[in-house]
Amino acid sequence: MSREDTLVSTQWAEDNIDNDQVVLIEVDEDTTSYDKGHIKGAIKFDWTNDLQDQVRRDIINKEGFEALLSKNGVSNDHTVVLYGGNNNWFAAYAYWYFKLYGHNDVKLVDGGRKKWELESRELVQDIPERTPTTYVAKELDTTKRANRDDVVAAIGVQNLVDVRSPDEYAGRLLAPAHLPQEQAQRAGHPPTASNIPWSKAANDDGTFKSNEELTKLYEDAGVDFSKDTIAYCRIGERSSHTWVVLHELLGHENTKNYDGSWVEYGSLVGVPIVLGDERGEA
Amino acid sequence: MCGATAGGLSLDGVKVDQEAVIQGQVTRGGEPVGNAYVRLLDKTGEFTAEVPTSATGHFRFFANDGDWTLRTLAAGADPTDKKVVAAVGSVAEVAIAI
Repeated sequence: MSREDTLVSTQWAEDNIDNDQVVLIEVDEDTTSYDKGHIKGAIKFDWTNDLQDQVRRDIINKEGFEALLSKNGVSNDHTVVLYGGNNNWFAAYAYWYFKLYGHNDVKLVDGGRKKWELESRELVQDIPERTPTTYVAKELDTTKRANRDDVVAAIGVQNLVDVRSPDEYAGRLLAPAHLPQEQAQRAGHPPTASNIPWSKAANDDGTFKSNEELTKLYEDAGVDFSKDTIAYCRIGERSSHTWVVLHELLGHENTKNYDGSWVEYGSLVGVPIVLGDERGEA
Repeated sequence: MCGATAGGLSLDGVKVDQEAVIQGQVTRGGEPVGNAYVRLLDKTGEFTAEVPTSATGHFRFFANDGDWTLRTLAAGADPTDKKVVAAVGSVAEVAIAI
């Protein structure tokens, strides 16, 4: 993949609002944002209902993904263009989902909803009607997804990239600071994980930094691109943002997203945890 | 700790004794600014969180003891920074005029 294959500008999105080949989808952490106003023609995926198994703690399975896309009138040959709030955290998570199930013609609006709003572009409340399709997904691509055993095995061996804020990495906060902090799990990080907050990959307006800046960011923080990399955060959305950077923009295909992330790791019995700003020893 | 401070967001459902709340309102010419973006930077200037303001211009963070900076982005305005000190068990109210 390359930057050109992955990102479109807000202007491109506006120019393609009436393009039948393109399906715009908004995915927000605040699932009510869409209802207050969205890009004309865009549909909504609700990450809490549409993108999570409603019984197990897991992503939706192949059949669930097929049903979601079919119901929303997305076909296998559509160009899917995702955008959302929070600098595209949840849109990046949906992007990773589309790639997991083999839909390769998927793009992110660089800067997401924030850049669109800061540029005072139009938001509407009309909800488009789409004709249902029969979407057929590919089998889940496990080369893009890490599980807890992969993370434990990666300690001291692979690049573990913790993309949470420094205070979460060190164990001083348990969640991003716009969320309540009460949690059941332990705080901290696995030994040898680097803390490279997702936000260092983005400009203030939510756009991704240049490939040159991004490569320097990770190399300066000690990431060895000759090794495999696992990115994680708290619940897998911010690390999807970093997965897009590493796997898609920079083309490091040996990068996985650990969507279990700290909520799972910090609840495991018996795994090693480091507190404080240092990476710690394997 | 109970109830909301004058003019502030309701604290119903917030365990104020366990949280270091930073909250406030963004205004322009005395009018609330909805859909502005307020980001919370830690003492080193690193991004910690960001929220869009509500229709009434309000925002809220759950931080920790210490010094923080609020950076506000809005259409047609330069980014503005405002420092704030937070402490667990209290609510820091911040008025931001852009």
